[in-house]
Amino acid sequence: MTYDERLQHVSVLGAAGKMGSGILLLTAIEMADLSLKPENKDKSFVLNAIDVSPAGLSGLMKYLRDQVRKAAEKKTILLRQLYADRDDLIENYDIIDEYIFDVLNIVRPVTGIEAAYQSNLIFEAVSENKDLKVKLLSAIDKNNPNQPWYFTNTSSVPINLVEKEAGIEGRILGFHFYNPPAIQRLVELILTNNTTQEVVDFAHQYAKNLRKVVVLSNDIAGFIGNGHFMRDALHGIKEAEELAAENEFPLYKAIYMVNKVTQDYLVRPMGIFQLIDYVGVDVVKFILNVMDPFVKDEDLHSDLLDKLMLQGVTGGQLSSGAQKDGIFKYKSGRIVAVWDVHKQEYMDLEIFKEDCDEMLGDIPDSQVFWKDTLRDKNKDAKLAAFFNDLKALDALGAAIAIDYGLRSKEIGLKLVNDQVAHTHNDVNTVMLTGFYHAYGPINDFFD
Amino acid sequence: MKKLRKKIYMTAGYNTTSLGTGRREFNPKKPRPGLEHYIKEAGKGVLDQIGGPEHVDEAVIGNFMAARFNKQANLPGFIPYIDEGLQWKPATSVEGACGSGGLALMNGIKTVLSETADVVLALGVEVQNTVKAIYGADILAGAGWYQRRKEGHAYFFPGQFSDRAGAYYEKYDYDRARKGMARWYANAIENARLDPTAQEFQNNVEDPYAQAYGMKPNGRSFVDHLTILDCSKVSDGASAIAICSEEGLEKIGVDKKDATEVVGWAQVIRNITNDPTNLTELETIKKAAHQALESAGVTVDQLGTLELHDCFSIAGILVIEALGLAKPGEGCDYVAAGKTGRKGELPTNTTGGLIGWGHPTGATGVHQAVTIWQQLTGKAGNAQIEIKADKPYGMTINMGGDDVTVIAIVFKRGE
Repeated sequence: MTYDERLQHVSVLGAAGKMGSGILLLTAIEMADLSLKPENKDKSFVLNAIDVSPAGLSGLMKYLRDQVRKAAEKKTILLRQLYADRDDLIENYDIIDEYIFDVLNIVRPVTGIEAAYQSNLIFEAVSENKDLKVKLLSAIDKNNPNQPWYFTNTSSVPINLVEKEAGIEGRILGFHFYNPPAIQRLVELILTNNTTQEVVDFAHQYAKNLRKVVVLSNDIAGFIGNGHFMRDALHGIKEAEELAAENEFPLYKAIYMVNKVTQDYLVRPMGIFQLIDYVGVDVVKFILNVMDPFVKDEDLHSDLLDKLMLQGVTGGQLSSGAQKDGIFKYKSGRIVAVWDVHKQEYMDLEIFKEDCDEMLGDIPDSQVFWKDTLRDKNKDAKLAAFFNDLKALDALGAAIAIDYGLRSKEIGLKLVNDQVAHTHNDVNTVMLTGFYHAYGPINDFFD
Repeated sequence: MKKLRKKIYMTAGYNTTSLGTGRREFNPKKPRPGLEHYIKEAGKGVLDQIGGPEHVDEAVIGNFMAARFNKQANLPGFIPYIDEGLQWKPATSVEGACGSGGLALMNGIKTVLSETADVVLALGVEVQNTVKAIYGADILAGAGWYQRRKEGHAYFFPGQFSDRAGAYYEKYDYDRARKGMARWYANAIENARLDPTAQEFQNNVEDPYAQAYGMKPNGRSFVDHLTILDCSKVSDGASAIAICSEEGLEKIGVDKKDATEVVGWAQVIRNITNDPTNLTELETIKKAAHQALESAGVTVDQLGTLELHDCFSIAGILVIEALGLAKPGEGCDYVAAGKTGRKGELPTNTTGGLIGWGHPTGATGVHQAVTIWQQLTGKAGNAQIEIKADKPYGMTINMGGDDVTVIAIVFKRGE
């Protein structure tokens, strides 16, 4: 079966979810582009959007229409070539509308799993419940005569277990998109012990056509991205708790300080506590719980996160994409207050910020701003100069930053030693691409 | 052209802000002023300088595509919206793509010459940010022949002028051309920074020349031979000016020294169904510019300032060649040497032109006349250039489509 044939009949399970809808969008566009190739014009392409929620599927179709329009507007130059033989399509308007129709015309929103019985390829993006995944995949496999391939988007369930229990040896791999799939370029590819080369080759081709950056990760819970982020977050929490204890001041001040150091001194897009808010305190705690049983030499757990959950401090995103209040309170996207776990109220930043900044000390003039690194070809030299100045500085902020940088490196090296990641470069690629860091954690800046 | 039966003046010019990307107050996701707002602001701007609507005998409005950008036609009906005092007076709208503003001026001039009016309110307007650029490209493509749209580029007009730029690179020299085009861009930005109504007024890029020269054309994301910095802006805006006879000037109480006198013009049209015969020459502009100068009895070296239609940087360079200021293939060097800069041999587009000030398509021809009026009468504020005694003339060259509808007008200060 060729690449094009494989993609003639596809199903996405959990298509109305946040990840599922993104996967469906990208796959629908890829399939529509294939269907527009002259050699495929007489062939049918079907993409089942399967979800238990009719309301969710209705919302999905609207999401698709809006997103496909945006995608079409960006590639109108190419679309004019694809529709060059259609004399009735003259203006960009005509061509974009036709393309939206052609993409949506491939998608079949359904609530029953039976639609997947004809598919050659099945994307699984249902909730992180191993038994549910096994149940669905084995039901499809029993009824589907095509020996379909399964791409799971799980970020925590061991894929070897799913493969074995569903009886789909060799035909499954982890194709882990980052959220939101339509925008994030990173995909972690996780093979089982049996995944056949044919499936892997297809996965690479598919990722390439979607313009994704693929990093191979091993089937160890958390993979590379969460493997680094979770440990990094736990380190941030530990640093803050120690800082508060040593200086005998409230934890919220220390949280502010560590967050500032991890953003401004470490040149990251956001500080570590803001990142926990962004992902959601609840989600971070959930991922830690899933990972912990599989990690023998570490305790992946935080009392602080438990406490925050009990106090109803969850963070996360509103459906509009806006940041919900969590460890921090936000106003127009900016941090304005920090949660005090003792008093159980937000403490206004303006009251204590100045004192904390003074304790951290000055930032050297060579400071590099994260935003400026995005397109700077000389960023490594500038970062090295800045971090060297930090090392030479006798100030609290600089000391926390250096420690943090070294710990981040240690985590990166551990991921390779534990064989979660294959190479140092893979770890760095994940943090650069999936987390938008300005530099990879495995570096010599802080040694 | 026969000698004019009477003298024609222009005065009391007014420009709204050119709104679009580049202006900090522009937010494509928020509601913005509509067509009627711009017409009213520009119209009132003139009425306030001429003693009110009672002095206006007739009005003309130039607009290209309100019917598609704003789903609005019948624009003469908006003239009384400027001021109730304009109710029941004659008004006309004219269209010649991006040359619509120039046609409005010509219409006003001819009305005064026909002696049916002493004061004509001439206005140009376009509100283009109602649609995304990819759809705006469809609408603007109406300036070309629709039968050619299918084979055209997604960004139709950038595609047309990209072909001209590509031919220029091939015939002459890529790097010399790009240097001239980068200097064209830098001049546009530096001049726009001196005019608060300009779309690029707030541009604070340290070295616009380096920015433009460093950016390479990329056909996968845009067109093959131009970058976005080679292109004029997508703009909302209006400009207006009063066109008067001597009697008209007296009626409104404006001294001739505060007016420009129209000393010559040309209106030249090329068959839109034909492709240009030579991609590296603007044939219609060449004819129009020379006819206008000839009708004024003026030579190009007597021009103290020039407003030309730089919808694309390559068009700017080709107009310089069409005027005979440089030989074919050397317009780029002329520009690169700074000769069109505000302190150069012929200060050109002194408030930024279409690339720097903005290009509300139907308003552009009127905006050019307003700028020349400001410069020749010493009203250009921070953008004022020195008008030397031996070069007292100003000229506008306004183009609709790809060298199709061209209006060139020569002015001097009233005396």
